[in-house]
Amino acid sequence: MHLAYPAVLSALLFCTGLYGVLARRNAILVLMSVELMLNAVNLNLVAFDVWLSKTAEETLHSGQALTLFTIAIAAAEIGIGLAIVLAVHRNRGTADIDKLRDTSELHDPDGPDSDALAAEQSGEAQKAEATA
Amino acid sequence: MTTTTLAVLVPLLPFLGAVAGLLLGRTAPGFARPLAVLPTLTSLVLAALVAVRQGGDAAVDAATELTPTGSVPIELALHVDGFAALVAVLVGLVASCVQIYSTGYLRDDPRYPSYAALVSLFTSAMLLVVYSGDLMVLLVGWEVMGICSYFLVGHYWETPEARAASLKAFLVTKLGDVPFLIGLFALATDAGSFRITRVLGAVASGSLDHPTLIALLLLAGVAGKSAQFPLHTWLPDAMAGPTPVSALIHAATMVAAGVYFIARLLPVFEASQAAMVVLAVMAAVTMAGSALAALAQDDIKRVLAYSTIGQLGYMSGALAVGDRGAAVFHLLSHGAFKALLFLAAGVIIHAAGTNSLAAMSRMRNLRDRVPDAYWTMTVALLALAAIPPFSGFFSKEAVLGVAEHVVTGHTEHAPAAAGWIVLVAGLLTAVLTAAYAMRLWLLAFRGRGAEAPDHGRQPLTMTVVLWVLAVPSLALGGFTFRLLPDWFDGRDLGPTLTTSVLGTGVALVGGIVTYGAWRHTTALAARVPLGAVAAHPEGDAARVEAEAIATHEPAYGDIAYAPDPADPGRLLLGPLHRHAAAGFHMDAVYTALFVRPVQAGASLVRFLDREVVETYVRGAGALPRWLGAAVRRAQTGNVQTYVSALLAGTVVLAVAVVLVATGA
Amino acid sequence: MTLATTAAHLTAHAPTAAAETHGFLSPTGVEIAFLLVGLVTFGAAIVTVTTRQLVHAALWLVVTLGGLAVEYLLLTAEFIAWVQVLIYVGSVVVLLLFGLMLTRAPIGRSPDADSGNRWAALTVAVAAAAALVWVVVDAFRTTWIDLDGPAAGSTEATGASLFQNWVLPFEALSVLLLAALVGAIVLSRKAKAGAATAAESTPAARSEKSPRSEKGPRSEKEGTS
Repeated sequence: MHLAYPAVLSALLFCTGLYGVLARRNAILVLMSVELMLNAVNLNLVAFDVWLSKTAEETLHSGQALTLFTIAIAAAEIGIGLAIVLAVHRNRGTADIDKLRDTSELHDPDGPDSDALAAEQSGEAQKAEATA
Repeated sequence: MTTTTLAVLVPLLPFLGAVAGLLLGRTAPGFARPLAVLPTLTSLVLAALVAVRQGGDAAVDAATELTPTGSVPIELALHVDGFAALVAVLVGLVASCVQIYSTGYLRDDPRYPSYAALVSLFTSAMLLVVYSGDLMVLLVGWEVMGICSYFLVGHYWETPEARAASLKAFLVTKLGDVPFLIGLFALATDAGSFRITRVLGAVASGSLDHPTLIALLLLAGVAGKSAQFPLHTWLPDAMAGPTPVSALIHAATMVAAGVYFIARLLPVFEASQAAMVVLAVMAAVTMAGSALAALAQDDIKRVLAYSTIGQLGYMSGALAVGDRGAAVFHLLSHGAFKALLFLAAGVIIHAAGTNSLAAMSRMRNLRDRVPDAYWTMTVALLALAAIPPFSGFFSKEAVLGVAEHVVTGHTEHAPAAAGWIVLVAGLLTAVLTAAYAMRLWLLAFRGRGAEAPDHGRQPLTMTVVLWVLAVPSLALGGFTFRLLPDWFDGRDLGPTLTTSVLGTGVALVGGIVTYGAWRHTTALAARVPLGAVAAHPEGDAARVEAEAIATHEPAYGDIAYAPDPADPGRLLLGPLHRHAAAGFHMDAVYTALFVRPVQAGASLVRFLDREVVETYVRGAGALPRWLGAAVRRAQTGNVQTYVSALLAGTVVLAVAVVLVATGA
Repeated sequence: MTLATTAAHLTAHAPTAAAETHGFLSPTGVEIAFLLVGLVTFGAAIVTVTTRQLVHAALWLVVTLGGLAVEYLLLTAEFIAWVQVLIYVGSVVVLLLFGLMLTRAPIGRSPDADSGNRWAALTVAVAAAAALVWVVVDAFRTTWIDLDGPAAGSTEATGASLFQNWVLPFEALSVLLLAALVGAIVLSRKAKAGAATAAESTPAARSEKSPRSEKGPRSEKEGTS
């Protein structure tokens, strides 16, 4: 099989996830898009591992091991991410990304209390890490 | 110790005292007085020792070059001849007296430590000027004196007069110092050295290319420092400083530095006939004008200040007729009696609570309150008026005698025109000097009216030094005019018969006429009540003086003038009185010539700065602000926007890298 | 085998052999199957990120992830495929559905599922896709995966490599999962305390449900690994 097929599919899936992260309003949908991106990477890892294990007689199976690790870490990430989203939702009554604008330079009319601000900011930071 | 070591120590000790005083003044104020008095006294002793060792023999010369300094070398050089040795003794004596006097005068002044340190620094600088054998090192001392004078005149900086006076003193002397510096460079370029001995050698061998130019440039600096016409205007105003400072700096030493400088480099000036005539005219205008102005002043210290200018004019006159012996002789005796006059005036101001002669003339028994000041001041005034046998007589007759020598053609050093100018102006000034000395004495000590206020006895430190200084005022001239030629150029300094009779005669005439005028006007004194007395008579002398200076203008409408019909000077001068009181409007001339153009230029510059330059500055500020406002709009707080921008940038970079890597 | 030798092997061997024996578009059966499943997967992914019904998005995500599992199978990585089904389809999606419910996401079409950023997002995504696809195709258009012979991703091979070569990272991963577990509990507790003090519109049942729903998949996950 051509390596280009899984590679292209993986690239397309990744960019779809990218679009979802950038365009979706609901935080949970953003998390779903992050999962898409992670899965695209996993596909890449698996495809290249299979290719290398045959072509270069590589027996470490590092690609597959990494895929397993990524799956485990993704599960953990989704758990933490959802917890944060729920905390934000409890404090703010919304899980919409574009309503959480406390870092805005302009004045926010429905400014929250400072505790919620701190929690929300850490949530944003973690999400940014996960996205990157 | 060798004479050289001693001579080095003489300026060094007050300098170290000044440094220590400045460092310890705040932490250990108890040391301020010993640190002020002891180094100065020691350096007086050492200076006397140097003078004895030098003994009028060949000059002591020593030099060391610290580091190469380019084309014309600058050396740390000593040049101690008879002039330097004796002037150093005078400086040490007056400085010691002033330091002792200041301990009493500024008894309660919180700024005493810095004041004393500055006086010490000043003393050190003056001694450096006196002993220095290198013109650049001399210039260092010269400028240090200028800055010390600035600080000390502004000692009462709370009063606007003192602030203005200190600035004026600094600016006017600097106006002279700039051409002075250029003159020094020109001189050193022509002579190939800054060493005085080599400069004089070059002059003797006639290798000076521009003698007139150099002499005139140097004269400008001398006129500024020695308060000669037309740069004299700062000295009367400098009386806003404390009296001991006036005594030390503005009477006995710093203003004498200019005269001393010409005395050192007299051959340079003699190389140019034009410079000598200019010097003579300058001296004549200075002495006659200042004597007239002194006759009209109301502030006792301003009278003395104008008298200082006049006596410095005598010294310049002596130099203009080519006799530095007479000039330095007069410098020595004048330094003694003028310091005494100022210090006594300080005592009187303290006792009377005012510096106004008009107010003093309405006080009875002022002389009984301050007997020491009364007697010593009488001696000093007699010396000032050149009445025999006081020291001023001998030194002034030496000057007039030399002028007469030149007039009668006995010397070839100076043009006869200079001799005539100096002789006539000198005799005229002698009349006026006697007149204003008499007026000062009569108004201060022969007042009628209310009893003078009693502030108790003056501090001992203030009265003792008066008597110490009274000795040379009384006897210096008579005892030394035969000895001094050994120290100086060897020319006879004894009074000649013609000038003695003439000088004493005109002085007596001046005094008697003034007495007559006073008898005539004093009856008016009772009719016009006048007077302003310091608000804190129990304070120390410095405080009383500061208040007296500050209240003079509000009380009389002018700092130099009082509308007193009982003033004999008013009768003697007639219509001239008003102009003389204002110093013949020299300040107005300066205002029109310099101050106004400078202010106009300043307002132009301010306009350019405010309207033109600032527009660019504001524009430079506004542009980033607008850009910043635009960029702020991008700061929406929406994380998705940020990530979009971030990833867009990443894509662009990745594409660029791929394109570069594939060589597309 | 070290990485350097791998790379050397690649450059020397792979392009020549693959390019000669297989043309660029010479579809085999596996390739056709991969292509079809890939199209379904990609389409489901597109629907996932564009649909206006939030719950549908989660369900389409199931299709996407399942399609990916099939792709893993086609690539002979069977163990990965089953883990994919177990963890992603079985737990992550369920977790996401819980999340949707707990945040009271609207059921049915919601007009504002996309934020105002969508055009910028579309631009960035299309540009990134174009760049990636171009580079990937340019680099690997002649590279051939030999799927014959023993399966490269059989459970035996994966297990052997995992417990021979990757034991240490594997154990370290368990520490990370523990940390995530603790972190999730802490976050939930804090949220509970905040809800108690706020005392408004937050039923106790809901706040107790979320830690439970988070713990469930976590233990399952550890069971699988």
